[in-house]
Amino acid sequence: MDLLLLLQQTLNGLQLGVMLFLMAAGLTLIFGIMDLINLAHGSFYMLGAYVTAWLVGLVDAFLPALALALLATAAVGYLVEVTTLRRLYGRDHLYQVLATFGLILFFNEGIKLLFGPQPIFLQPPDWLSGQIPLFGAPYPIIRLAIIAVGLASALLLWWLIGRTRLGMLIRAGADDREMVQALGVDIARLFGAIFALGAALAALAGAMAGPILAVRIGMGEDILILAFVVIVIGGIGSVRGAFVGALLVGLVDTYGRALLPDLLAVFLERTVADAAGASIASMAIYILMALVLAFRPRGLLPARA
Amino acid sequence: MLRVEGLEAAYGDSQVLFGMELAIDHGALVTLMGRNGMGKTTTVRAILGLTPPRAGSVGFEGREIAGWPPHRIARLGIGFVPEGRRIFPRLSVRENLVATARSGEGGGRDWTLDRVLDLFPRLAERIDAMGGQLSGGEQQMLAIGRALMTNPRLLLLDEATEGLAPLIRREIWRSLSRLKREGLAILLIDKHVEPLLDLADRHFVIEKGRCVWQGSSAAFRTAMEEIKRRWLGV
Repeated sequence: MDLLLLLQQTLNGLQLGVMLFLMAAGLTLIFGIMDLINLAHGSFYMLGAYVTAWLVGLVDAFLPALALALLATAAVGYLVEVTTLRRLYGRDHLYQVLATFGLILFFNEGIKLLFGPQPIFLQPPDWLSGQIPLFGAPYPIIRLAIIAVGLASALLLWWLIGRTRLGMLIRAGADDREMVQALGVDIARLFGAIFALGAALAALAGAMAGPILAVRIGMGEDILILAFVVIVIGGIGSVRGAFVGALLVGLVDTYGRALLPDLLAVFLERTVADAAGASIASMAIYILMALVLAFRPRGLLPARA
Repeated sequence: MLRVEGLEAAYGDSQVLFGMELAIDHGALVTLMGRNGMGKTTTVRAILGLTPPRAGSVGFEGREIAGWPPHRIARLGIGFVPEGRRIFPRLSVRENLVATARSGEGGGRDWTLDRVLDLFPRLAERIDAMGGQLSGGEQQMLAIGRALMTNPRLLLLDEATEGLAPLIRREIWRSLSRLKREGLAILLIDKHVEPLLDLADRHFVIEKGRCVWQGSSAAFRTAMEEIKRRWLGV
């Protein structure tokens, strides 16, 4: 096996992993604490990408555009919570699935009206374009930047949840929502804040994915499914679990696609190995999920003791 | 301070309170007694808005609070120590105390972390332990401390010493007498009330969702045998 290829694929896997983590962190907090299934979480990912692309075209400064896009998406997330989801807490999950699926359609059509059906291009700034030598071969700077931002966000979340009052209330609320209220905390405001935070994280993932994938309608739904796989593997409601699960899924998926065809070619004919490798690779994370569910039904790092 | 009149509350179709009444004066220690299932916990839950009253009134400091959301009621200055203690298991002792801490109505911050740890020195020894690792007695102290950190004017204690060893029970009671001396009003639900008669001001006995007897500690002593036989014995 080519060591360089392995290293590069590891970085690619990490990059997919941290993006999945940004998606999954919000999803798992919302699911774990509010017991709400939010299918529209992918819409925040799409919104982040579109708004960043639009603002970059407008102001031609990447970082301010990104910051504004995160704030705007957080605000949209808060609005969605207040206007729609607040009515759905405590209801059967089916209502939540229906309502948030409706939100997906709403956001997809809204984006189509505003930006048209064609994918748009998110131009990364010059200092993120290009490649640098890594292990003796060129590697895209933007992918390294995504890994760095993802890890930094994970650290920030760890601090927020582990060290701040808001984090204490998030953890307390996950175990006993009613008691938190009875001690004088406005749980609706807490939920709104968590929701806005989750939306901003999804938008960050979308904005970072923009330059390497296409910014297009429906981009959120693809990653949403992966993010659900991540939180099931990690343990629903657990941000640490989401981190571990996301890296695992990112690496397994990337290794599978890159290495399986070659591995199979050792004892299969090349064309057969390529075809079989590709299809097994696309199943790899679901096989992983099935294994985790079989041996650790509550996920690798379950939230509740 | 607190006046409950004609209170009715239900869980779904099963009504528990049928015109419950209760009154607590400033700085008073009041007990609520009754057999299991008669509505003691529901009375406390209805006062706090956790089980919204169907009818009747709950007046606190002159305001009608029936129908208010729980967090607003709590913020008026009502501290809650629930049955079963309901410590946050994955928060440390320190975090359990500070997570919901706030200054009282009017900005008073009489209860700080230091003062709570002074009241319950055992909590200071276990300050970094997780809530779920504490013994029952330590959890009870933590639950009281957690409520005090919200700087309440009235403390509602549901089953204050249930399941605790006699020594721990006495320690909890000692802390309550100190709280009363400091002017905090307390509503206490406890199976053992005799040791509290000197400390308590007034007693309410509940049966089938109604108050069937109320009176001072002196009146309770006089009528104790009958009250026990009719409404408290099993």
